[in-house]
Amino acid sequence: MARCGGGAVSTSPAPASVYRVKEGLGLWEHRGKVAAVGIGHSPTFRRWDGTPENSVGGISLEALRRAIDDAGVNPADVDGLVMDPSTTTGAFWPRGKPLPWDSINAYNRTDDPLDGITGLSADWILANSAELTGIEFTSYGVGCMSNAICVAAQAIGDGRAHTCLVLKSWHNLEGRYYQGGANAGNAIPGSSAIRSLWGTPACFGTAVQFAEYCRKYGKTHDMMAPFIENSRQNGLKFPEGYWAQHRPEEITPEDYEAARWIAKPANLFDNDLPIMVSAAYLFTTADRARHLKQQPVYILNHATSRTRPRSLTPTLDEVEADTARTARKIYEGAGITANDLSFENMYDGFALFHQFHIEGLGYRGLKFGEALDFYQTDISISGPNPVSPSGGNIGCGRSRFWMHTDCIQQIQQRAGARQVTGVKPEIAVSGGPMPVGGNYMVWSATPGS
Amino acid sequence: MQCVAVDPITVVAFNASFRLEDNGEGMKQGVDPDDLTRPFWEAANLDRLVIQNCTRCDRLQHPPARTCHQCGSDGALAWKEMSGRGRIYNYGVVHDCPIRLLQEDQPFNVAVIMLNDDPGIQMYSHLPGTPVDDIPIGADVEVVFEATANGQKVPEWRVVAGER
Repeated sequence: MARCGGGAVSTSPAPASVYRVKEGLGLWEHRGKVAAVGIGHSPTFRRWDGTPENSVGGISLEALRRAIDDAGVNPADVDGLVMDPSTTTGAFWPRGKPLPWDSINAYNRTDDPLDGITGLSADWILANSAELTGIEFTSYGVGCMSNAICVAAQAIGDGRAHTCLVLKSWHNLEGRYYQGGANAGNAIPGSSAIRSLWGTPACFGTAVQFAEYCRKYGKTHDMMAPFIENSRQNGLKFPEGYWAQHRPEEITPEDYEAARWIAKPANLFDNDLPIMVSAAYLFTTADRARHLKQQPVYILNHATSRTRPRSLTPTLDEVEADTARTARKIYEGAGITANDLSFENMYDGFALFHQFHIEGLGYRGLKFGEALDFYQTDISISGPNPVSPSGGNIGCGRSRFWMHTDCIQQIQQRAGARQVTGVKPEIAVSGGPMPVGGNYMVWSATPGS
Repeated sequence: MQCVAVDPITVVAFNASFRLEDNGEGMKQGVDPDDLTRPFWEAANLDRLVIQNCTRCDRLQHPPARTCHQCGSDGALAWKEMSGRGRIYNYGVVHDCPIRLLQEDQPFNVAVIMLNDDPGIQMYSHLPGTPVDDIPIGADVEVVFEATANGQKVPEWRVVAGER
C-alpha cells in the first residue's frame, strides 16, 4: 500500500487501456499538453557493492531527488509517482544466501525484505521519501522506462496528476548473466523447456533476425561497425553513462570485428552491459511547465506495440510489418511525418535490431534493407543524420532510458559534448525495447500547432 | 492430419547412456512436464509431434498457451499431430550458452525450424549431425526424438538426406 495524500492506496500496474496500441486513434488527445521538466540520474555501477546507499533503493532515491532539484519544484508539490517495480538485469538474490540486513535496515522497509535490494515498490519509495508529502497518484508502468513514460504522460493528460515523477531503476549482483537458477539445474519445467532447452542466450532471436536480414538484403555483420563505433563515441560523451564513468574505452571497427561471438552473428559488442543505475524524470502539465526552471520538452504522442509473434521468435517479415505499423501509430498520434524528425533515439540493446526500428520509421527516407548502407555515411552528432546520439545501451550500459534522457537534453540544448550540431533539435523519437513489442514517444521543443 | 488423444506414459528414468554421441551434442536438461505442456511431452515420448490447435479457428499455436491467441477461447484447444516435416528458416551459432549442461559443447548450432504443416509454427533444433555453422538454410528436415537428462524425449530435427 502506497501512502497517498495521508491515506493509503494500492499501487497497481496501469491498465492496458492506458497504452495507445491501435492504429487509427488519430492525434493523441493530450498532444503537447504534457512536458518533461526535470531529469535525475544516479551514478552507475557494474554491480551492487553491498552498501545501503548504492542499493537499488538508495540510488533510486538519489535519482528522484536530482530530478526534483533539476526541475526546481517543491517536493511537496509532486502529486504523482509512476515507476517499474521490477529492477533485475537478470540477477536474482540466490536462494539460501543470507539477506543483507544492514542495507535492509538502513531504510524504512516494507513486508518484503528484498524490496529496495532486488525489486522496488512504490511503498518503499514513499516510506523513504518524507519530502514527498503530496502524492495522490501512484501507478506501475511495468517493463521499462518506456512503459512508465506512457503511463505518466497519460496520467497527467487525463488530470490524474499534475506533477509526476517517473522512475526506472536496475540492480545487478555478482555472477554471470542468467547463468544461475534454473539454467544451472538438471531439469526445467515443461513450459519453459519449449524455448529454453536449446541453450539460446538472450540475443539469439535478434541474431536470427539479423542473419535473415543479411541473407535477404545481401548485407554483412561488419557493416554494423560504424554504428557500434558511433554509439560508443556518443556514450563516452554522456557523463551519466557507465562507460563514460568507469571505462572510457572506444570501440574501433577492428575491435568490433574481432570480438567473440555470443550467438553468431551477434557478438560481444552487439550486446549491452548489465549495470546498476536509476533515472527519474519529472513530468508536468504544459501550463505549469512554462513557469519552471528548465525549458519544457513537450510530449506529442506515446504509442505502443503489443504484437505477439506467431511462434518462438519473430521472423524478419513479422519484425518489418510491426515496425512499420508502430511508425504509423507514432506519426499519426503526434501529427508529424518522418520528415519532421530532427534525430532518432530508438532502442539498441541489442545493436543488431536498431536498424529494424529506424527502417520502420523511415528515418531519413530509409526503406527496409537500407540502414546498414546508411551506417556507412555520416551518422555522427555533428552531421545531418544523427543516429542514436545518446549512444544508447551500447554506449552507456543497459538502462533502456538513455535514449529518453538524451531526447530531453538535446531539445533543451543541454546535452553538452553530445549536443547535436548538424541539425536543429526540435522533434525526436525514442522508445523500445524490442522491435516487436515496445513503447515509443515523440518529444518536441514546442507543443505543436 | 487429425486430432489425437495422447496417452500418459511413464517417464524413463535418467540414464547417461541417452547421450547422443554420434554428433557430439551435449545432453539437454531434463524436462518436468507441467499441466499446460504435458500432452506435448507425452507425445514426444511416443515419438510423435503434436502441436496445440484451436478447433474453433483451426489454427495452430506454439508454444502452448491457456487460450487461443486468435479467438481467446480456452475450451477449444486440442492437440494435433504433425507430419514431422519442416524447413530450416535460419540459424545462429551459440558460443556463450546460459545452460550449464550445454556449455561444454559450445559452439553449437541452433536452427529455427518452420513446420510444413504451418510455416508460422517454429521449433528450435540443434540439428544433430550437421556441422557447426554449416547449415543449409531452406533445407528440408524431419523430426527425430532425443532423450534429455531425465529421460524425457524432446523433438529434434535432422536434415533430410540429399538436401545438403
